Amino acid sequence: MPRERTFRTEAIVLRRSDFGESDRLLTLFSKEFGKIRAVAKGARKPQSRKTGHVELFMCSRFLLAEGRDLHIVTQAELVEAYAPLRADLVRVTYAAYACELLDRFTTENDRHSDMYDLLSQALGWFAGESDLLLAARVYELRLLNMAGYRPQLHECLHCREPIQEQDQFFSVALGGLLCPNCQAADARALPLTAVAVKVLRYLQTRPWEVVKKLQLKRPLQHELENVLHHYLLYLLERDLKSVDFLHRLRREANLFAGVWQNLG
Amino acid sequence: MAQNVLPRTVQRLIDTFARLPGIGPKSASRLTFYLLRDKDNLALDLAAALQEMKANTRLCPVCFNITEEEPCLICRDEGRDATLLCVVEEPLDVVAIERSRAYNGRYHVLHGAISPVEGIGPEDLKVAELVRRVQQGNFREIILATNPTLEGESTSLYLQRRLMHEKVKITRLARGLPVGGDLEYTDEITLSRALEGRQEL
Repeated sequence: MPRERTFRTEAIVLRRSDFGESDRLLTLFSKEFGKIRAVAKGARKPQSRKTGHVELFMCSRFLLAEGRDLHIVTQAELVEAYAPLRADLVRVTYAAYACELLDRFTTENDRHSDMYDLLSQALGWFAGESDLLLAARVYELRLLNMAGYRPQLHECLHCREPIQEQDQFFSVALGGLLCPNCQAADARALPLTAVAVKVLRYLQTRPWEVVKKLQLKRPLQHELENVLHHYLLYLLERDLKSVDFLHRLRREANLFAGVWQNLG
Repeated sequence: MAQNVLPRTVQRLIDTFARLPGIGPKSASRLTFYLLRDKDNLALDLAAALQEMKANTRLCPVCFNITEEEPCLICRDEGRDATLLCVVEEPLDVVAIERSRAYNGRYHVLHGAISPVEGIGPEDLKVAELVRRVQQGNFREIILATNPTLEGESTSLYLQRRLMHEKVKITRLARGLPVGGDLEYTDEITLSRALEGRQEL
């Protein structure tokens, strides 16, 4: 009989679904092994020792037994629950967004410890910071950078001239800016204001502790969100469920005024 | 090809079984051949049970539990406290709460939970119906009994916001330690809630 191999890793629960009678199938993003899938047996029973340690968006230390295609969770111990996420529907939506994006940009068994650190940091932002839109933009830019899709914001992707301080165009197909002279290179390029370009560059290069002091006006926030979402959807070629959910919450916010804060 | 060896009717049953959750092609074939060989009319009983279930059940127009009668037996029961309303995700949750024998009010079944992950929003659930019921009804307390999962919590948070302007008390099921459990293995969230909700003896 082959020896059962077990290994240890710290991981964040990206997705989970019901499996069998009382098990849960988890998609984990681990620091050491990247994205892996594992079964947490009995995790739907309240008496299970694992139940409270393998919930969505929790970071736990796992002991896993290697299986043929699925690993089996033998132990799980909570490291960080990001509890404030769970008490706020808007925060939890942003956490879902962070995990969904990362899930889409990665494949199984592909180690990305930089992305792991980013995700755990971002869950902390979404649990605690007040400007969730800004945190989401920073997260997107960092993730794009790590995935190899850093938007080019310093020179025009057509004429290669440095970008001047004026309104520009953003081409999702080319992955960066087109200057006003070259905008015809991509008929679908989105207009982008000079101040939005400046903010994007700032977010791209400065650490969060510096960036978080920015206080951006609502229209600018939406402009940044719009251009980055267009770019992400172009790269991923599919809609994101959490983004759709966020839009639905916003529509509702108009119906039931004052019900949601920090929604943007 | 092995598939052409089997009669079409048998293959059809196999394919149908295979569409059920948790049943793969092998289990589907096993179930089909079991029914094929069975001498106790199990297949016919099964067919009758399936047909009857589909023909005779519907959702209660009041609480949206599955029922054979309109309104359902619980909604009709005069012995129940009509000023208490317990909101649950699924019909099976009603069964679980009934089994506890600790509750004697009415129910409202949402048929799911809000999930930012799956993109399930309130309009996919019986939420508007709940709000209407609370506005029109004469409830003194709404008990939010959704699951203590991320989705269940999101649903409770949402319902609390939607209902907060109604003149009714809104409560949430308590979180605590399971019977036969072990403190050592309890997660921090459950343990801190159990401490917050501790009771004087």
